Amino acid sequence: MIPTKEEWIQALNDRHGIEFQEKISSTTVAVCGLGGLGSNIAIALARAGIEKLILIDFDKVDITNLHRQQYKANQIGISKAEALKYNLKEINPYLEAQIHTVRLDENNAKDILSNADIICEAFDNAEAKANIVNFVLSEMPEKYIVAASGMSGLDSANLVKTRKVSKRFYLCGDEVSDVKDGIGLVSSRVMLCAAHQAHTVLRIIANEFEV
Amino acid sequence: MVRINGEKVDAVGKSVAEYLNSAGYDLMRVAVELNGDIVPKAQYADTIFKDGDSVEVVSFVGGG
Repeated sequence: MIPTKEEWIQALNDRHGIEFQEKISSTTVAVCGLGGLGSNIAIALARAGIEKLILIDFDKVDITNLHRQQYKANQIGISKAEALKYNLKEINPYLEAQIHTVRLDENNAKDILSNADIICEAFDNAEAKANIVNFVLSEMPEKYIVAASGMSGLDSANLVKTRKVSKRFYLCGDEVSDVKDGIGLVSSRVMLCAAHQAHTVLRIIANEFEV
Repeated sequence: MVRINGEKVDAVGKSVAEYLNSAGYDLMRVAVELNGDIVPKAQYADTIFKDGDSVEVVSFVGGG
C-alpha cells in the first residue's frame, strides 16, 4: 500500500523535525551526470526527503553501467534521466524530478541550473568536471557546488573525504585515483563518494557549512 | 611568498598560467581560486600572484 502524501511528509517530519524537513523539501538540487555518482546521490537525497531534483544526463543505460549505477537490467537502452526518475518515484511517489536528456555545457547550463540551490557535479570526464565547476563558480556565484574527483579502484575507503575549497565549493573524493588507472570504478567506492556528496548537500541545507 | 594548496611557494610575479604550466597542471582539468574567488580561465594569463596571496588549485581526475 503506497502511503499518502500526508503520511509520507509526517514520517519525515517525525524523523527530521518539521523545521529541518521543510528546509529539505523546499531545496532544489541539481545532479549533473547520472552515472555511478549521480544515480547514487539522487537516491540518497530522495530517501532523505528532497522533493525537487533536476536530473541531467545525455546518455542511455548500458549493460556496462549496471555494476555500479542505480539502474536495472530491464532499463538498458532507456535514457538515464528517465530511468532514474522512474526509480526515484518508486522510492518517493511525490518527488518532482525535472529531467534533461542533454549534454550540459556552458551554453545551456545557465537555463537548466537557474532554479537549483545546490548543484552536484557528478560527471565522469575530468574536463567536463572542471568546466562545470568553473562555470558555476564564475557565472552563478550565489549557488553551492559539490563536486567529486578521485573515487576509482580498490584503494582504502578512508581516503575518500570531503574538503571545503571555498565558501560555496566543496570537493569529495581522494583527488588522485583516475578512472584510467587500475581496475576502474568499483560500486562501493563510487557509492561512498556519492554519499559524501549527498551528505554535504544535507549539511548545507542544515546550515552546517564546515566539514 | 604565495600560499598554494597550503604550501609556501616562491611564485610572486608569476601569472596563474605560468605557474600552472611550470607545475605540470593540465589547464583543461583545473579550477583555481585566488583568495577565495574563482579565477576565470580567460584571466589565467593576466592574473599575477602577489605576496601573501592564498591559492587553491583543484585538479580533477576522471571517474564518476
